[in-house]
Amino acid sequence: MTTSEPLTGLTVTKLCCVRGERQVFRDLSFHVAPGDMLSLVGPNGSGKSSLLRQLAGLLEVTDGEINLDGAGEDQTVADVVLYAGHLDAVKAPLRVSENLSFWAAFYGVSATQVEPALEAFSLGHLGHLPAGVLSAGQKRRLGLSRLALIDRPLWLLDEPTVSLDTASIAALGDLMRSHLKTGGSIIAATHVDLGLEGTRVLDLSSNGGASL
Amino acid sequence: MNAFFALVQREVRLATRVGGGGGMAVFFFLIVLSIVPFGIGPDLNLLTRIAPGMLWVALLLSALLTLDRLFQADQEDGTLDLLVLAPQPLELTVLAKAVSHWLTTGLPLVIAAPILGLMLNLPLDGMLPLMGAMLIGSPALSLLGAVGAALSVGVRRGGLLISLLVLPFYVPVLIFGVSASRAALVAVPGDLGGQSLALLGAVSLASLVVGPVGGAAALRVAVK
Repeated sequence: MTTSEPLTGLTVTKLCCVRGERQVFRDLSFHVAPGDMLSLVGPNGSGKSSLLRQLAGLLEVTDGEINLDGAGEDQTVADVVLYAGHLDAVKAPLRVSENLSFWAAFYGVSATQVEPALEAFSLGHLGHLPAGVLSAGQKRRLGLSRLALIDRPLWLLDEPTVSLDTASIAALGDLMRSHLKTGGSIIAATHVDLGLEGTRVLDLSSNGGASL
Repeated sequence: MNAFFALVQREVRLATRVGGGGGMAVFFFLIVLSIVPFGIGPDLNLLTRIAPGMLWVALLLSALLTLDRLFQADQEDGTLDLLVLAPQPLELTVLAKAVSHWLTTGLPLVIAAPILGLMLNLPLDGMLPLMGAMLIGSPALSLLGAVGAALSVGVRRGGLLISLLVLPFYVPVLIFGVSASRAALVAVPGDLGGQSLALLGAVSLASLVVGPVGGAAALRVAVK
């Protein structure tokens, strides 16, 4: 149910984004193949988050197309993405493990996967605590542990390293590396070098007709 | 269906934990109804006459009180994005939200209603019809309210907006609910109570369709 078919590729053609009557970017074209890591860079307001939300189907596409290669009529990008925005989607009154157990059940993942997912970001010993007492970095780790929990081919990460310590950034790098190795793809807005080989960079600062 | 029950379970947990606001509606219900006798005065006959109407108006207002946080809390912490992207149809997600709202607001109010009815001199043989009507009518309040909550999810302090949007649609529930509850107290020609109860059920069933479909459509617009 959650293990969607492997991603054959994502093609973006002449994508435009308009927010509040301001053109954020236009004529953006790129292709992401399985095993690709695409890093979005650019100054604040250049549209990194907007692009990620457009790809996830959480923001209107003003013009242009986003296509899954070889996808059927009924398959949309939203079916294959795992989106981790700048908010962690963590509920403070719930325990750390309850937070993740909910997402497991909601995305149809077996409850036995929760423990290993917590361990991916060394949160296992905090499982019984209410999430409200966690620090900003720990909350972020709890949010990111969904990446280890839910199996979807295309990760969209919006500044995933914010408030993480060096050990956690390394853990995130490892997780991303193994995802790419198994044929997954990642599009991430980040300015931190995660040490991933073969990272391509998409610079949105050229704004007008950025392309690869 | 696992996703559906997981969401209901999480919502009920959140409402019952500290700071979840689960008891808020019940206490508001209690406060409104306990000041009515002070305002009206100790006229027992008058209180009996207005008891069903007062109980229903208070039920409507209490249900509205917790509606504004139904989707807004999820939108503020990013949960809403992930709910929208999940494999479960958004309609079922909205239905789960409405069901949890009813479990944490509607159901406790229905259970508290007869106790507060005593304060309004509601006769004992009027309790059961009142509870029955509330049990049938209150799901409509959560289901219709979910549409209003979804429409105003992006609006800061959207509580008042929800009231304006939703209250007109609560009017049929109020009319048929009061009429069904009153039938046991006042002699009415024909079987007006039964008819009202049937119509109240019809309103709830229609809301069962309108609520999830309308709420999901509104949410899809809201996240974009």
